[in-house]
Amino acid sequence: MPDSTFLDSTELVLNMGPQHPSTHGVLRVILKLDGEKVLGTECVIGYLHRGVEKIAENRTYAQFNPYVDRMDYVAAISNGLGYCLAVEKMLNVEAPPRAQAIRVILTELNRIASHLLWLGTHALDIGAITPVFYCLREREEALKIFEKYCGARLTTHAFRIGGLLYETYDGFEQDIRDFCAMFVPHVDEYEELLTNNRIWIGRLKDVGILNADECKEFGVTGPVLRAAGVKWDLRKAQPYSGYEKYDFEIPTRQNGDTYDRYIVRMQEMRQSVRIMQQAVEAIPEGPIMGKVGKVIKPPVGEAYVSIEAPKGELGYYVVSDGSTQPYRVRVRPPCFVNLQALDRMIRGGLVADVVAVIGTLDIVLGEIDR
Amino acid sequence: MRGLLNKIFLVDLFQGLWVTFRNQHPKYIYTERYPEERPKVAERYRGAPRLNINPDNGETLCISCNLCALACPETLIVVTSERNEVTKRKDLTTFTYDTSRCMFCGLCEDACPVDALELTQDFEMATYTREGQIWDRQMLEEGPKPTQYKC
Ligand code: SF4
Ligand code: SF4
Repeated sequence: MPDSTFLDSTELVLNMGPQHPSTHGVLRVILKLDGEKVLGTECVIGYLHRGVEKIAENRTYAQFNPYVDRMDYVAAISNGLGYCLAVEKMLNVEAPPRAQAIRVILTELNRIASHLLWLGTHALDIGAITPVFYCLREREEALKIFEKYCGARLTTHAFRIGGLLYETYDGFEQDIRDFCAMFVPHVDEYEELLTNNRIWIGRLKDVGILNADECKEFGVTGPVLRAAGVKWDLRKAQPYSGYEKYDFEIPTRQNGDTYDRYIVRMQEMRQSVRIMQQAVEAIPEGPIMGKVGKVIKPPVGEAYVSIEAPKGELGYYVVSDGSTQPYRVRVRPPCFVNLQALDRMIRGGLVADVVAVIGTLDIVLGEIDR
Repeated sequence: MRGLLNKIFLVDLFQGLWVTFRNQHPKYIYTERYPEERPKVAERYRGAPRLNINPDNGETLCISCNLCALACPETLIVVTSERNEVTKRKDLTTFTYDTSRCMFCGLCEDACPVDALELTQDFEMATYTREGQIWDRQMLEEGPKPTQYKC
């Protein structure tokens, strides 16, 4: 971006963040403005950098597990699943069927919790105050299930390499059934509040358009890609953890604007409920831990596993040098890749749309900066 | 035509208002009045650590095996022991646990072979000093004693 100019110019350079409430964390966006129009943006990231990938190099495989929860802290369980699957692939073990079913249930519940937080904050950014209260109310129910299952609400550390540590608690199935039954009417309620609301439509329609080709160019994944009409979901494309057993659809839309991304995410929540309902009725009996020794020592080699996290494709690339500590752990975070598209989506738009577009990307800075 | 009528009568807005109206009912109040009304945390809650003692003779259950210290990713547990010449076992002398660095992941709890170290349901661990966050053996055995507020 060229240097800013002073009085004689109409261009204005404005810093948004890192402490702006609607940048969802500590993202700093440098905006170049001409009046209300955005001429260009530049994202400055790294305010939340903790060196998670470096930490991995001097922890054992099991010890690094709690750290992955702290990247995308809104969807900690998905992160844990991705890491566990990557190490399991290297060890060449598979979690037992019972563990897989419970993993699927919890990950889908986490997807709902993540989307609910997104919906609440996104609506709040646009100016609809009410949905956030309702969303957090339902999210609370999901977090209560996590708390009962593994003892923590946010950074759960729910899964272990090779399976699960915790057996389900008494009444787990009933809790999940109750949640599903309770949740669907609530999604209808959010849709009643927002989907047809003219202010909501006015603020979101044709804002931040990213078409399918651009999505592929940037490597954007997740609901952003699906809203542009590409039917790509890793749960279907490369099923992991037994997702091939469940019957669900991949919601897609055509326009790739902010409104479509909203619709796609709402549909995804309904599909998650469907998966949970199917999975909870068919939790197999059996052990929950695979054949993994106390000391995890994968053979020399590497493994890449990617899963469909709530925000997009979350990949873990783990390299082993045969010792008890990983040689390298590289994370492919969906938010980091999705954020690159921000400039393309916002250029030529209005200042007020910046907030909408950042909101619709559903970024979590803990994952971008790692 | 329908769209026009919707526009004139603000149907969408009233629809939304009806949702908020429905949720006005006091039974939807979710706020916990915290110090008076204490939350009931789950049985498996991973909160303040505790070093269990044997209820029969008041001795610690810990056998000073150091496994918890080795399992902890943050290496925040320090166990020291001395050899008892009579029983030929190790006796625990000090046990330090730095709660300020702990992330309550539960790996130490899993590692303990005799269930001496346990993460309990206590969650009120705030102190006025950084040093107060470092718990010694006595603190770990007694657990935190938060002030109880009543109104
Ligand atoms: S809970 Fe985790 S971080 Fe805390 S002491 Fe135990 S192993 Fe270490
Ligand atoms: S693992 Fe248990 S028995 Fe061993 S030192 Fe730690 S608390 Fe004591």
